[in-house]
Amino acid sequence: MTEVTNEQAYEVRLRVNGVAYDVTVPARRLLSDALRHDLGLTGTHVGCEHGVCGACTVLVDGRPMRSCLMLAVSAGDYEITTVEGLTNADGSLSPVQQAFKECHGLQCGFCTPGFLTTITAGIAENPDPTREEAREMVSGNLCRCTGYQNIVEAVCVAAKLARGAEVAP
Amino acid sequence: MTTDVTAQPTVKLVGTEVRRVEDDRLVRGQGQYADDVLRGALEMAVLRSPHAHARILDIDVSGVLDVAGVHAVYTYDDLTGAMAEPLPLLIPHAALTHGRTQYALAKDEVNHVGEAIAVVVADNRYLAEDAVARISVDYEFLTPVVGIPAARAAEHQVHADVPGNVAARLEQNVGDAEAAIATAPHRLALDLDIERSASMPMEGRGVVARWDTDARRLQVWTSTQTSTGVRAAVAAKLGLDLVQVDVITPDVGGGFGVKIMHPWPEELLVPMAARALGQPVRFTEDRREHFISSAHERAQQHHVEVGFDDEGRLLGLSVEFWHDNGAYTPYGLIVPIITSTQLLGPYKPQSYKVVFESLYTNTVIVTPYRGAGRPQGVFVMERTMDAIAAYLGLDRTVVRENNFIRPDEFPYDHGLTFQDGRALVYDSGDFPESLRKLKELVDWDGFERVRAEARAEGRKVGIGIGCYVEGTGVGPYEGAHIHVETSGKVKVAVGLTSQGQGHQTAFAQIAADELGVRFEDVEVVAGDTRRMPYGVGTFASRAAVMSGSAVALTARMVRAKALRIAAEALGASADDLEIVDGVIRVVGDPAKSIALGTVAVLSNPLRYAFDEASKAATQFSVGDPGKPPVAEDDEPGLEARDFYSPMRATFANGMHAVIVETDPDTAEIKILKYALVHDCGTIINPMIVTGQIHGGVAQGVGGALYERMAYDENGQLLNASFMDFLMPYATEVPESIEMDHLETPSPLNPLGIKGVGEAGLIPTSAAVASAIEDAEGFPITAMPISPSELFALRLAHASKGTTDEDRR
Ligand code: FES
Ligand code: FES
Repeated sequence: MTEVTNEQAYEVRLRVNGVAYDVTVPARRLLSDALRHDLGLTGTHVGCEHGVCGACTVLVDGRPMRSCLMLAVSAGDYEITTVEGLTNADGSLSPVQQAFKECHGLQCGFCTPGFLTTITAGIAENPDPTREEAREMVSGNLCRCTGYQNIVEAVCVAAKLARGAEVAP
Repeated sequence: MTTDVTAQPTVKLVGTEVRRVEDDRLVRGQGQYADDVLRGALEMAVLRSPHAHARILDIDVSGVLDVAGVHAVYTYDDLTGAMAEPLPLLIPHAALTHGRTQYALAKDEVNHVGEAIAVVVADNRYLAEDAVARISVDYEFLTPVVGIPAARAAEHQVHADVPGNVAARLEQNVGDAEAAIATAPHRLALDLDIERSASMPMEGRGVVARWDTDARRLQVWTSTQTSTGVRAAVAAKLGLDLVQVDVITPDVGGGFGVKIMHPWPEELLVPMAARALGQPVRFTEDRREHFISSAHERAQQHHVEVGFDDEGRLLGLSVEFWHDNGAYTPYGLIVPIITSTQLLGPYKPQSYKVVFESLYTNTVIVTPYRGAGRPQGVFVMERTMDAIAAYLGLDRTVVRENNFIRPDEFPYDHGLTFQDGRALVYDSGDFPESLRKLKELVDWDGFERVRAEARAEGRKVGIGIGCYVEGTGVGPYEGAHIHVETSGKVKVAVGLTSQGQGHQTAFAQIAADELGVRFEDVEVVAGDTRRMPYGVGTFASRAAVMSGSAVALTARMVRAKALRIAAEALGASADDLEIVDGVIRVVGDPAKSIALGTVAVLSNPLRYAFDEASKAATQFSVGDPGKPPVAEDDEPGLEARDFYSPMRATFANGMHAVIVETDPDTAEIKILKYALVHDCGTIINPMIVTGQIHGGVAQGVGGALYERMAYDENGQLLNASFMDFLMPYATEVPESIEMDHLETPSPLNPLGIKGVGEAGLIPTSAAVASAIEDAEGFPITAMPISPSELFALRLAHASKGTTDEDRR
């Protein structure tokens, strides 16, 4: 049997949370794995690796994307935001993070990063969602712990906090 | 161990909605789950059987080590010593006459799709999977046994040496149920089925291990519900002394029962490889692996015979059921034993017979999933109640009420043996009051109006009810260790683990109250055997009861010691002291005070000062020269360790009501209203309790309407992905859950706590079935139920022209 050699690797510059990282990865490396294992940004979680649970959701140029469905080599052109990049510049919690804490929107916390990124994009697009719209906003993410009641509530509270933050100086 | 329930301090934080201390870290993405620790560890991938039942003739691993980046490959032949023996049968039982467990890596045969055959360790998971693909196995196919009917028919056997596929048969009797049924004024017989489902936490299993060659120590991080259990198993299997093994529970991304099972093959193989290779090794399962190689639950078929009087009172109840335990029985008979005992719920049949068979099938093993046999038992009992009500033409709540154990009958002894080997004795509860509250909450008596209004609009609605009693907080024990630092900070360690229940918050509330310190000064660590080597695990809604009680008892010991030392220092009597915000002071004379941290300094007589504060404890500063610095019955340090070990479980209870609408054309089932009343004794943190119930109800709705493991006759799991196994999203759960509480404190523990972790889903299938039956007018006897199944039932009943008159 012949020796199986290392597969070809590619250099890619990933821009994550405002920081540029140069990584060398094989073509098949998932963005989720690159974030977690190459960059050490383990806040992005992997719950299914087939695009259904939403735990791995990151923002790609501000839009929620499932990082388990993207290859790292194809992510070089974009600004990526992970849960680690959601906090305000001074390190305080963002409105969505604050709302999750306040509303008990998380239990084990495994699904949480995907919800936080999804909602961050969601309320940027719809700053004043109704409860129904709030439910719709998170309807592509699975959570096995909370039963979603407090997550839907947290969307509304986050939107309110974000609106408040905008009027503040 | 003491259970002095008299010394109640002024309660401050217990009972209030303290925000969770866990959350700041978790919302920042700074959680540390098993796959997040020891970055750069080698990774393991597993070759799993693609066949449900086969003999292994040959395994060829040549060529695997040629893959660049591969470090090792192991099959059964590479296992030595205890590793080569079958995995432990964790909970033996005399009735489990034919218990069987698997090997860490399959030896000679495989008994379900997904069973581990070989493992590869490589630089990363991608390479490990490449290498696994190069292993070739020769199989001789055997006929798989799939499903309870096939297991009972026993035309084929799962294990050649287990006749009839029967692992166990267990019977319990109270009185002579058969005679009572035979002579009862009315009789009914029912067949009731529940299908397979699973815990399905968002984080699957994960384990990482590091062998420290210099210290000769093994450190294991594993996503488990029992770090102490894993530690004992790893030490035994790898031939290490217990003191050489640390098991650290990282953040755990949900458990719901499946992670109480241990040791998983990977939980042993990862440490084994780490030690052999001298490098950290990790295994993180993917979702498909979780479906086919962790554990499932729920599948049971039941036959009920019941005799009752004109008021619907149960004179005799006889239940026979068949439990699908999958390919092996590592967790013993816990699930069917729970069904057979908890089936009784809040009721008191005059006689009861229950017998079950636990059957092998060529499918994934069965171990407890949140609810653990109770959803099935409650489904059986509640369907029976509804059938009796329909037969007698009585309101369903009236039949239940006529069978309730009354509040003045506690403690109530059922005369049965519960899952902990102890007598099934209910400690407290008020079922009539719970029912009254529930009926009010859901407006039970006003429902006929709602039905009429809906009917006028061409809509079909129905209301259903499900009642349960849940034994929580089973033994044998849990403990706590509390240490007050010289800074005044309080460090609490508990032996059991945490999977999102907010233990760090709830236990800090208890410790802060008991000690009189600020909540912010308390830090709780759970499931780290370095900090608390004795513990059992997080299951059976036992954490708050067991560890909560242990924290309270330990804090009381620390408090007593602090007061004793402070009394000496202040020249006061300990009885005149109080602790407020971490300062001990004389009641009525707050000027005479001493900080708890200073007491911690004084508690440890020193020869050497290490900072300003510690000078106070050195040998020329303190101590009576006529006495030894540490008294004979004392020990240095302001710390204590105590354990809580109750005589038996404490029984929580609750009742759920649900209103559903069924589409007259498509048979779609929609939940219009969900209401529940529950009683979990003293509530530590209402916010956390409510969250537990929300999550439980969502899982219950999943179990009632969506989730089932779809095995084909070859034993292939057809829906082993989130695409095909339907778990509820936000759009599938009730829009709101109306809740009312009753607090009947348990007399069995110092705080009066009962467990709540499983409460939300136990009666959900029963209540939803009851509501659908009410909407449709024909019996619902199997859950979960999909729109197409409901549609088929409609057709069947329309063609037979039957209604529930049938049962009369
Ligand atoms: S991990 Fe990407 S969607 Fe589940
Ligand atoms: S908080 Fe555990 S899965 Fe959502």
